[in-house]
Amino acid sequence: MAKVLMIDYEKCTGCRLCEMVCSVKHEGVSNPARSRVKVVKWEWEGRYVPMSCQQCLSAPCQAVCPVKAISRDESLNRVGIDYDVCIGCRMCVAVCPFGAMGFDILARKVIKCDFCDGDPQCVRFCEPGAIQYVDAAEVSGVKQLAAAEKFTGILQKVAAAIAAV
Amino acid sequence: MALDRKVAYIDLTTGEIKTKPIPVKMRKLFIGSRGLDVYLLYNHLKPGVDPLGPDNVATISAGLLVGTLASATSRCHVAGKSPLTNFLGSCNMGGFFTPELRWAGFDHLVIKGKAEKPVYLWIHNGEIEIRDAKNVWGKTVPEAQQAIREELGDRDIKIMTIGPGGERLVRFANVMTGPKNAGGRTGMGAVLGSKNLKAVAARGTMDIKIAHPTEALEYNKRFITQITSAKVSQTQGRIGTPFIFGATNTQGLVRCQNFRLNQLENSDDVEAEALDEYSIGMAACFGCEVHCRSKYIIPEGPYAGVYDEGPEYTHQCAFSAEPGCRSALTILEATHLSNIYGIDCLESGSMIAWAMELYEEGILTDKDTDGLELRFGNNEAVTEMMHRIGRREGLGDILAEGPLRAAKKIGKGSEKYLVQVKGMSNLNSDERATPSLALNIATASRGSDHLRSRPAIDLYHLPEPVMRKIYSQPVPYDGPLTSDYRDYEGKAWQVFWHETTYMAVDCLGICKYHTTFLGATLPNFDEWSKLLYYNTGLEMSPLDIWTAAERASNMERLFNIREGLTREHDWLVDRYYDEPTKLGVPGVRGRTIDREKFRKMIDEFYGHHGWDENGVPTPETLKRLGINKEPSYVL
Repeated sequence: MAKVLMIDYEKCTGCRLCEMVCSVKHEGVSNPARSRVKVVKWEWEGRYVPMSCQQCLSAPCQAVCPVKAISRDESLNRVGIDYDVCIGCRMCVAVCPFGAMGFDILARKVIKCDFCDGDPQCVRFCEPGAIQYVDAAEVSGVKQLAAAEKFTGILQKVAAAIAAV
Repeated sequence: MALDRKVAYIDLTTGEIKTKPIPVKMRKLFIGSRGLDVYLLYNHLKPGVDPLGPDNVATISAGLLVGTLASATSRCHVAGKSPLTNFLGSCNMGGFFTPELRWAGFDHLVIKGKAEKPVYLWIHNGEIEIRDAKNVWGKTVPEAQQAIREELGDRDIKIMTIGPGGERLVRFANVMTGPKNAGGRTGMGAVLGSKNLKAVAARGTMDIKIAHPTEALEYNKRFITQITSAKVSQTQGRIGTPFIFGATNTQGLVRCQNFRLNQLENSDDVEAEALDEYSIGMAACFGCEVHCRSKYIIPEGPYAGVYDEGPEYTHQCAFSAEPGCRSALTILEATHLSNIYGIDCLESGSMIAWAMELYEEGILTDKDTDGLELRFGNNEAVTEMMHRIGRREGLGDILAEGPLRAAKKIGKGSEKYLVQVKGMSNLNSDERATPSLALNIATASRGSDHLRSRPAIDLYHLPEPVMRKIYSQPVPYDGPLTSDYRDYEGKAWQVFWHETTYMAVDCLGICKYHTTFLGATLPNFDEWSKLLYYNTGLEMSPLDIWTAAERASNMERLFNIREGLTREHDWLVDRYYDEPTKLGVPGVRGRTIDREKFRKMIDEFYGHHGWDENGVPTPETLKRLGINKEPSYVL
């Protein structure tokens, strides 16, 4: 089964270790500007959201690429870039609805998540489990469970409140 | 490389800015951050200057491992001459500012002079600009950071700032970054305020090259597992530092009602579990897997709905046990006030508790307090006094001067109620039953302070073989060690060992919660040596790191001696020797510190350092450490 990144921003503690391990894994340097994942933060609300490539099935970056440098790699369920073909026009950066296609100003190339070829380091190092690497079909199951818990929790609270009256 | 970050010298009087690379030789001698900061101060700061005058020098620095693949290395160090103690000023904080400073190309900033009008520094990819702070001055800590981000048009800028407390020269004002990360001791916020420097903003996209990236990744994974497998780290990640309160308060090791009691009885409403009710989750500093910062929203009162972070163990005690209060809401509010005014929670809480004892004793009257009933247990008085200190209003203006100056102004024997060392208030712990912890605060290099050398694991009753294993590395030790925290024997070595350990991590930029400060199995010199090699390529054995830390500690001692420190300053207030503890577990009740045994302990402590009986490093010690010819003006 094809795997995807499942991001649960409520678990994110905002530490940005994912950005570091990503840039070290890919570029051998610590530099969030060259990371494929980024934690978007609202510090005074305590809200932190890791953002990365969704590996879209119908990927706008792939559709817009004028030289067909972007293609789908079904074996890893990912969208990849062929740097031998890429002309660096950054149209993919412009159309990505998640801002997940980055541009590395030092290497002068577009960059995106490649699942670290099947062993995503952001997942490996995320202690709170805000980023997980799971089978695509599992995601809805996890979400269902969370929603069901929330729903029944509310019902139980209402029932308790009525009983108390 | 992680070793190519520079030092910048910024003269706010003339506007002149110079930069210099840091030679590897200096890295091997002092590593970085706190170690190099004291070297810089010893070279650039003239003895005897007014701490709040233009001749004081402030250093701002990042630890050497900050921004590398070593977890929880977010620490920032700010140093200078303290306006609270007139000795070494030094504070340390986490957050996200220092990695950004390093990505912007700098490790150390040396701030001299005084700007004509309020300014802030903008540091971006190797460039430093002094900018007008007219839109930022007067703003609270969160407001100032948001204003600078808006002005510079980048929400990812990280900012270190002072609050209104620092602008008004409260002598225990913080430097702060983010919502709550505070460099809160020795009043470095007031030093920056006296220089008209409101903030330092940093943003960088410069690589920090990792020397051995694959090994660094793999080793960091092991390093993280070592930390997260410790129960103490797991507890901290769940409820933050307030977990310490239950353990210490139950035993009778918490200062209550200034110094009258050593335990807050009936403390259910302010225990970690009670505070946890208000938590909406945990936040982490940069690259940290422990995530010990609690996020909370104030539920009611004048700040209802306001978001903030904390409270830590220190807030919890400073705003409950010390003033004898039992309100979680008061702790949350006062924590918020210390964060927005940018004033040290510990010093503020101690000053308020002291003033309360003076009021109860009739030394302060309603006239002095403008009608405020400053009694122990009065929750409103705590928050009201936080406002008055932050704004320097009425009695708050006097308390803002810190213990010794405030006692001088109030007079009437008020100084004998102070609980301080070298003019800095003691932590909210009560050390009368724990000689090792008492020795720590008496001899710490930045005034009374627990984070310089506290052997906190002494409270765990560790088996002697475990202690032997910890305390015999990386230098051999075969002297006495005892598991009983009430003992005097062998404790001087523990304090010396922890002092050197904490100096090492302060140079590396590692948070102390990842060291033997809290857990016996947490990383140590061996691990740091590997982290240093894989990340920076710098080859330093555990013993090399120890020696560098020892060298830096001796530089701090030299700095303090140059400012007039003598053996008499390494001493506790009389209350520790004369007033026995009243509460707690049987072994803790009725305890005082024994003057003679304590003197002997100090002798031993000096001996371990290679200092003479006056606490002065001997010529042989200075020669052994290669600092017998300082200042050497390499940087």
